[in-house]
Amino acid sequence: MSIDTTAAAPPRPAATSAASEPRPKRRGSRLERRRQRWGWLFVTPFLVVFAAFLVFPLFYAFGMSLFTSTLATGTQFTGIANYVKAFTDPLFLEGLLRVGAYAIVMIPAQLLVALVAALVLDSLTSWLSKLSRLLIFAPYAIPVVIGALMWSFLYSPRFGPSSTLFDFVGLDAPNFLAPDSIFGSLVNIVTWQWSGYYMVVIFAALRSIDPSIYEAARIDGANGFQTATRIKIPMISSSMVMVITFALIGTLQFFTEPVVLRNIAQGAIDAAYTPNMYAYSLAFSYSQFNYASTIAFALGILVFAGSYLFLFLTRKQSGLK
Amino acid sequence: MKSKLLAIAGVAAVSAAALTGCAPGDGGDSASSECTNKIVNADATQVSVWAWYPAFEQVVDLFNESHDDVQICWTNAGQGNDEYTKFSTAIEAGSGAPDVIMLEAEVLSSFSIRDALVDLSEYGAADVEADYTAGAWKDVSSGDAVYAIPVDGGPMGMLYRQDILDQYGIAAPTTWDEFAAAAQALKDAGAPGVLADFPTNGRAYNQALFAQAGSVPFEYDNANPTEIGIEVNDEGSKKVLAYWNDLVEKGLVATDDAFTADYNTKLVDGSYAIYVAAAWGPGYLGGLSDADSDAVWRAAPVPQWDAANPVQINWGGSTFAVTSQAKDKEAAAVVAKEVFGTEEAWKLGIEEAALFPLWKPILESDYFRDLEYPFFGGQQINKDVFLEAAAGYEGFTFSPFQNYAYDQLTEQLFAMVQGEKGSDQALDDLQASLEKYAGEQGFTLK
Repeated sequence: MSIDTTAAAPPRPAATSAASEPRPKRRGSRLERRRQRWGWLFVTPFLVVFAAFLVFPLFYAFGMSLFTSTLATGTQFTGIANYVKAFTDPLFLEGLLRVGAYAIVMIPAQLLVALVAALVLDSLTSWLSKLSRLLIFAPYAIPVVIGALMWSFLYSPRFGPSSTLFDFVGLDAPNFLAPDSIFGSLVNIVTWQWSGYYMVVIFAALRSIDPSIYEAARIDGANGFQTATRIKIPMISSSMVMVITFALIGTLQFFTEPVVLRNIAQGAIDAAYTPNMYAYSLAFSYSQFNYASTIAFALGILVFAGSYLFLFLTRKQSGLK
Repeated sequence: MKSKLLAIAGVAAVSAAALTGCAPGDGGDSASSECTNKIVNADATQVSVWAWYPAFEQVVDLFNESHDDVQICWTNAGQGNDEYTKFSTAIEAGSGAPDVIMLEAEVLSSFSIRDALVDLSEYGAADVEADYTAGAWKDVSSGDAVYAIPVDGGPMGMLYRQDILDQYGIAAPTTWDEFAAAAQALKDAGAPGVLADFPTNGRAYNQALFAQAGSVPFEYDNANPTEIGIEVNDEGSKKVLAYWNDLVEKGLVATDDAFTADYNTKLVDGSYAIYVAAAWGPGYLGGLSDADSDAVWRAAPVPQWDAANPVQINWGGSTFAVTSQAKDKEAAAVVAKEVFGTEEAWKLGIEEAALFPLWKPILESDYFRDLEYPFFGGQQINKDVFLEAAAGYEGFTFSPFQNYAYDQLTEQLFAMVQGEKGSDQALDDLQASLEKYAGEQGFTLK
């Protein structure tokens, strides 16, 4: 993501300056072509890595997804049969519905926490705001696996604090790992971990707004709440779109947290809980590498389509139009 | 963003590449630098071995010091599924597997069907066949082919807390009827814990319980690899599961997941008075922390359905197999046959790693029979329990997709203890899902 945005930034001034200059008849002078040769030289190391670790595996995986291999009868070319199977596979479809449900609950939750925290911190100027910013961001600095392991101990009925806390008021502690409550438990972990990161993105966008606009708003009689909702939020809408895109992609690929929690809640989190987990178990538990590639690819297509659709619908807010 | 998307789409391929990239024992001579152990004779043929036995380094040293022509280069590539995942990826990649690998008997078919294991009958397996019981040998062979050399076994017994049962005046149960009565008595007496746990993710443990009532879930022979018989919803299994479901519904046993931190603590802090376990169970308990220091553990034979006709069962146990990627199969077979083929090696295995030997010279020795275990207050648990259990074990046939079968079993059992379906329904659904899967994988059902 960051690679793409930074890579996209430099060509833009070049393009606009080229457009403003009178366009020469020949396509690029000799000097320009020479300059481009140097450009290629600088880009080559990246392209090599990009091709070796991304483009090639991608084509390899796509190739694999066109074959079917069974334990008893070996491998044969079956074309798109695997894709037909994937999109009628109840395990895959249930997983998709599940991550869809997570997206509906988790993205607004993270966004709300991040936005409120960023707006509050933006209007504070004391040392407390710096400290709070650090503390809210801290969970993001913890590796996802470690964070999930930590939470799995907090949720544990035996080691976690909940049984002690509920004992004080004479109630039975809820089981955070039961099939009915695992959804909320996972939403909690992800929101805890990622809100701080999104907060920093939004906070940075807020800082880049010209303070004279606030001054003008104050003169017009706007109070703090009105400034926040009428001025700040609309002005950072492109950052918000970016944050939601991050969150959307991350949620559709939901993997690490449920995998870690599965160690202590195998009944509540099955092997095909999310599409990514399904692909993982197919490949590494059941040795179905071909079908696993299909699931991974099908998910990739859906994630791509989903984020494209989202960016298309929000093109006005993000300034992509 | 695009790059992130693409990365995910290629996730299987990328991680496959990453995994094989760091798999040890990859390129012949360079392997020596990756050994966990010291090579004694640098000129000898080196055989790379993956294994996760405790205290295995001393066994490897023993082997290397006593062999001039073959040396073991040992790596611990993870326990159970962690190792199998790496092995499975190496098979798919065509390189990166070790020469000799420790595998549990239950996964042998899953790997032999992928042509990943060498048939050891061509490399002198018959020479050592007499050193093992018929049941142990059946577990590693399929028809005439022999896919591994047995190492340790898991004959089952019942480990119990004498102090807890005494406190509530309950005798150690010898049949499942007595077991249920004891569970009821313990609850009626208001004990803080329960009699035992019924883990829905017990996998091989649950299957062993079914097998005790006569369940033969799979019929499979490598000589005819596209045919399989599946029967997981037989009368025996249904009887066993109905029995446990009844205990679960009455709240007489716990339904905690096995092998979690919670479960490990409960095993040793008195939450369960009885741990129906394999012979490696005492070693497992001994390694757990937070143990109740006043605990008095004793071992007894596993409860029976019919006390007059006891049926012995097995849970776990491991073997050494030679992989088809082995460069020097002759040397690899020597390692598989001989690494646990001496009394010295087995004394380490028994005393340091708490393994239950399948190698007859030590299994039938006075030393092993009379060994006193401090954990059990000096009880001779082999003489009292496990030797008889091992002798009565007749072997078991696993499916070539055992991991899938276990995952499905766990799902069905979990649905049952959640009250979503009855025990018969759970097993019927399991049967249907396994039959469907076998069909998808190209098997013909017998």
